Amino acid sequence: MNTPLLQIRDLSVSYRTGLGQLQALRHVSFAVPAGKIIGIVGESGCGKSTLISSIMRLFAPNAWVDNGSIVFRDKDLLGLSPDDMRYLRGNEISMVFQDPMTSLNPVLNIGRQMAGVQHRSSSSRADKRARSLMMLERVGIPDPASQLKRYPHQLSGGMRQRVAIAMALMTEPSLLIADEPTTALDATLEVQIIHRLQELQRDIGCSILFVSHHLGVIAELCDEVIVMYAGEVCESGPTRDVFFQPRHPYTQKLLECDPARIQQRTRQLPVIEGSLPNLVDLPQGCIFRQRCKHGIARCATERPLLAGDRHRTACHLSGTGS
Amino acid sequence: MAGLADTVVKTFNGLKKDPLGMAGFVLVSLLLLATVFAAWLAPYDPFEIDVHDRLSYPSAAHWLGTDQLGRDILSRVLLGGQVALKVSLVAISVSMAIGFMLGMLAGFGPRWLDRVLVISFDTVRSFPTIMFALAVIALTGPSLNTVIGVIIVTSIPQYARVVRTQTQALRERDFILAERAMGASMLRILRDHVLPNIAAPMLILASMDVPAVVGMEAGLSFLGLGVSPPTPSWGSILNDGYSYLRNSPWPIIAAGLPLIAVTLGFTFFGESLRDIFDPKLRGRSE
Repeated sequence: MNTPLLQIRDLSVSYRTGLGQLQALRHVSFAVPAGKIIGIVGESGCGKSTLISSIMRLFAPNAWVDNGSIVFRDKDLLGLSPDDMRYLRGNEISMVFQDPMTSLNPVLNIGRQMAGVQHRSSSSRADKRARSLMMLERVGIPDPASQLKRYPHQLSGGMRQRVAIAMALMTEPSLLIADEPTTALDATLEVQIIHRLQELQRDIGCSILFVSHHLGVIAELCDEVIVMYAGEVCESGPTRDVFFQPRHPYTQKLLECDPARIQQRTRQLPVIEGSLPNLVDLPQGCIFRQRCKHGIARCATERPLLAGDRHRTACHLSGTGS
Repeated sequence: MAGLADTVVKTFNGLKKDPLGMAGFVLVSLLLLATVFAAWLAPYDPFEIDVHDRLSYPSAAHWLGTDQLGRDILSRVLLGGQVALKVSLVAISVSMAIGFMLGMLAGFGPRWLDRVLVISFDTVRSFPTIMFALAVIALTGPSLNTVIGVIIVTSIPQYARVVRTQTQALRERDFILAERAMGASMLRILRDHVLPNIAAPMLILASMDVPAVVGMEAGLSFLGLGVSPPTPSWGSILNDGYSYLRNSPWPIIAAGLPLIAVTLGFTFFGESLRDIFDPKLRGRSE
């Protein structure tokens, strides 16, 4: 097996807050193979955003890396100098944000922003413009030439997200991080954007780290999926395996809650009982214990480690076929 | 450039709906035209002394009368306007440029730098401006350049503080984060993204700052700390007129009215601009 593009090992990140140390990520390990689309699912507060900011190394001022490494190609991103890291951003790793309404500069027209992204290229203004046009066309924007003159507020949400994707892929990076890029869009657009992303990913050959809490989108798009809960990876593996044979109780619950899977007519949508544990004062043992129905004595004392070959689960019961 | 044309059209449409703003705009335009073309408009040489015709009242020959040395007041007021305009133009643009740099540094840079800069802004601001000006002029001697220097130093904090706050607000916005994620350097982010976003409010602030600067220059010249005679300034004309108030009120009226006009004109215009470009702020000053 060839070395993955991005390899995260035992990453722990915490925030220093007034209440104490909030351990947002704990012992997170996974790999993003070259040319694959990896999905990350989890509810709000499970550490998805912290994970992304760790990879981009755009931390909040009070964030602190306790442990671990993020190896991109053969470099540990956490050890790079700020300038080297900045060089990687936008060149090798780029990013699409959740809300296209706020991720474009409101006072600059699209053309200027797209030329601005190419700030490292020494090509002429006309070449940059041509490249912008080409990218807009690739993301499926009609009449790109006239769009260059327009300002973000003159475009619809879907258009803006296409522009954001075009900007992120302008430099043909090897890793694209997509932070819930379709959450702010309606369902029809979502499908269009997902298919467009898939096409572009094939053309460019990049890897995508796709963060979402929309299970359907993950199932549609991703080769592998990582399920996170309260700052830990609780299950990871090929999308098909995780979705059809979920082993971790949290993943099972999560899938049960997906409205698309509910067969009967019901007044109440299913929920996972309980709430997220307090990340400042962590409970002993398994992090999901309090919300889990299958708990055994071992769960209260010992933190389950991620185990398995390709389909990995962090649960003491995963072997027993619960 | 379409953006600029849009802005101009938007400004005019906004002014049409706001009579005070329109009045301000007209006043400002007239003042600017009068000072720019002062040399052509002035009927006499502002330095020409006519001892036979001192402190005369307005007449067909001298529209605003003459001062204690028989110099034509209209010509002197026009030239004084040039001085006032020069001082405010230079002082405001320099202090705004420096204020922009320091404010963006404070707003975007590390926290310790922010603290250091804010403390120094507050230190400068805590000085009464006139006292500071008197102290500096006592050391260097009266001159227009000193006045400009003092105004620059004392207005920098005002601009820098506004720029800092605006930069801090922008700093957390997604599109700035997106730029950082695309590998843009701090300099690039500040120049290409922060600056265009805060330029408009700053220009409005600058337009409302003109009366303050003009008043400052007039005040210092009134005290004899600004322009040196025989150069006219509205302040020095007021001072001369003050000494001969019993003989003729016209020097005071002639230099006082443009001061009032500048204040009203720029304030109305600035407030109107603010309302046009930031409707959220409308009515907040009342």
